[in-house]
Amino acid sequence: MRARIHVTLKKSVLDPQGKAVQQALSVLGFREVRDVRVGKYIELELEEGDKLKAEERLREMSERLLANLVIEEYALEMDEEE
Amino acid sequence: MKFGVVVFPGSNCDHDCYHVLKHVLGQETEFVWHKDTGVEKFDCLVLPGGFSYGDYLRTGAIARFSPVMEAVVRHAEKGKLVIGICNGFQILLEAGLLPGAMLRNDSLHFVCKYVRVRVENSDTPFTGGVSRGEVLKIPVAHGEGNYYADARTLEDLNREKRVLLRYCDGKGRVTPEANPNGSCENIAGICSQERNVFGLMPHPERCSEKELGSEDGLKIFKSIIG
Repeated sequence: MRARIHVTLKKSVLDPQGKAVQQALSVLGFREVRDVRVGKYIELELEEGDKLKAEERLREMSERLLANLVIEEYALEMDEEE
Repeated sequence: MKFGVVVFPGSNCDHDCYHVLKHVLGQETEFVWHKDTGVEKFDCLVLPGGFSYGDYLRTGAIARFSPVMEAVVRHAEKGKLVIGICNGFQILLEAGLLPGAMLRNDSLHFVCKYVRVRVENSDTPFTGGVSRGEVLKIPVAHGEGNYYADARTLEDLNREKRVLLRYCDGKGRVTPEANPNGSCENIAGICSQERNVFGLMPHPERCSEKELGSEDGLKIFKSIIG
């Protein structure tokens, strides 16, 4: 199974990197951009066929290591192999 | 006192800490490799600055799972002293020994310069030799030193007098201009509830000899030695 995890800063936490990217886009003329949040994208390949079990393990990985829940949140996506 | 300086892959202030403790202050000091777990003989463990594991994922995120960290947690639970400097502070935060987290500096720049910090509480093993309100001249060198904690954690830290250092100007005024990285409430260093674990972004080991422009770092190490 393939999984994708997106880790981003929580809405309540100011993202200085996102702010800088937004300003740069604005200088380039992309003035419609209201807000930018920069995060991390992590791809994993799991030896697990059961989606529920995989999800449980992925949440554990995310909460113990991949995201720091003090400042970040995460979103999971999973693909089953054909 | 017996000091153990922990060495992670990517630590780079380990030798500076060792030098100051052993050669400037004459203390018994040994390096502790991050795979070692025997730390019983030490009174104080130092987690030094650097870029452990290349800062991959987040600063300190991988180092906190090094074998030595379980020993550091046990050492702290016994009430023995732990001081984490810069990357060491980041590791203590990731390990949950201190509350909060580090964000990228608000300027997005790596900041490497002398700053001033005001000592907020002198009733701890790390600041006992300094007066409250005293201003120390200490260098910082970090890209991720923007201390963040939620409102409730900040309230607890303030109420329990666990903020030990705040960035300030030369006169001891805590101002936004004196904040080098955007840290909440200009926080530069905090301690645990039991006051035996201390994390700080400034580098006292880089200002413990006259030749280096300041000896204020010695005030922290001498407080520890007592």
